[in-house]
Amino acid sequence: MLTVVQVVVVAVTKRQAAKAIRQKLNTLKVILCVLVLIVSALFVGAANSAVLPTERADVLYHAYSGDGVTIDGPSVLLRKNIGGSVSMSANYYVDTVSGASIDVRATASPYEEVRKEKTVGLDYLNNKTLLSTSFTNSSENDFEANSVYVGISQDFFGDLSTISLSYSKGWDVVGRRGDESFEEEADRQKYGLGFSQVATKSLIVGFNIEHISDEGYLNNPYRAVRFLDATTDRGFSFATEKYPNTRSSTAYSINANYYLPYRAAIYGDARTYSDTWGIKAQNFKLGYIHPIEDAWVFEVFVRHYKQDKADFYQDLFSRPDEFNFMARDKEMSSYTGVTAGISVAYEWQFSQTATFKKSAVHFEWDYMKFDYDDFRDATAEAPVGEEPLFGFSANVLRIFASIWY
Amino acid sequence: MRLFNKALAKLLLVGCVATLSSGCASTFDSINPLANLEPWVKPYERSNLADPIMSMNRNPVALAYAKHVFESREGARGADGGAGGGCGCN
Repeated sequence: MLTVVQVVVVAVTKRQAAKAIRQKLNTLKVILCVLVLIVSALFVGAANSAVLPTERADVLYHAYSGDGVTIDGPSVLLRKNIGGSVSMSANYYVDTVSGASIDVRATASPYEEVRKEKTVGLDYLNNKTLLSTSFTNSSENDFEANSVYVGISQDFFGDLSTISLSYSKGWDVVGRRGDESFEEEADRQKYGLGFSQVATKSLIVGFNIEHISDEGYLNNPYRAVRFLDATTDRGFSFATEKYPNTRSSTAYSINANYYLPYRAAIYGDARTYSDTWGIKAQNFKLGYIHPIEDAWVFEVFVRHYKQDKADFYQDLFSRPDEFNFMARDKEMSSYTGVTAGISVAYEWQFSQTATFKKSAVHFEWDYMKFDYDDFRDATAEAPVGEEPLFGFSANVLRIFASIWY
Repeated sequence: MRLFNKALAKLLLVGCVATLSSGCASTFDSINPLANLEPWVKPYERSNLADPIMSMNRNPVALAYAKHVFESREGARGADGGAGGGCGCN
């Protein structure tokens, strides 16, 4: 009896200690952010203040098509200033999803659903400090997400340097189609730190860190692991994925924009990522922007992404309860993705005293290709575990009109 | 929730520090070893930098959508610019 009590006491003490450590780590993160900002404040010089975001309205149609899935819909973004120090924004965004990706084709039927996302934001400018906040609600029949965002951006060193801090907190409620009793929750927190620096008359460089912590039900309720099952014709069956209920990730990125000797710019960015699930990823992007006269703006870019799988990912398990955590979500496997994009915009410039100062129409097209290293096409006719490796391509369109006022 | 409230309170403190510090620069200058470092690009030399083609976020509505597409198709997340928001990515 005494031994049982001792074990319980030790277990409770360990839980309390772990909780205390987590709380201290979170406190340390915030204190670090405060210190960084105070240090940045030491450099504050006398210069012109930062500016509010530009007043404009955009109406966009987006379409994604690939791997048997079509996702399209509108997005409307409005931004309006109130006086010289407050800017308000509102965004309404819709995704209409139809079809079935490889994960769904292997285990279930095609479906159609609609996701609506609404965001309202407020920015307040005080001299060189820009405070921002926003609230976002994302709603679909089996998923509800709310999040708040607060951020601060400070220009200093003659406005050559900008430091920004951000924090956001999200609350998700996860449901499952056809199962009214299924309801799970997840909380998300994001901590961001950014720094940008004007390096020369033609070069801007930047650095960003973002730490994200998730806690709760982090599975995708529609995705399943595959395991060997000699009792079926195909030789395998599917079972519900089992994910850890916490995930922490840290991403670091650098970027640069360079103005060429003629009126054109090149830009690039690179990011490295790792998380507590064992996923490691790197990506880089290179782009070129070329205006022609004052009306046309052409842009091309290429982006490369490479990822190493999560520790508990496998394409094929030997049995449904082989490990405590098991995943076969292809976004958690090892793979490579390449995206190439082109865009063209046509702009009309009006008088700066007119109601509308500028307008533009834009056409943007991205071609994406993904090749998986250890995710097999379970729908293919082949011996179990010897199916061809999966890969797919997608086309992404963005067509939008903008007005500046 | 309690932790969130604490974090929010501390972020507001950061805002206050930043706002107040702009008026206290001269006090900090006396203890700041880098205070004599002058901005090397003058305001009248920034025409290239002010060109819209040098903006990393020229079209926020399109950038937010592109970011959402990559987040949905890739395991990595974060440090890719833009404000955080809710994401029904399943």
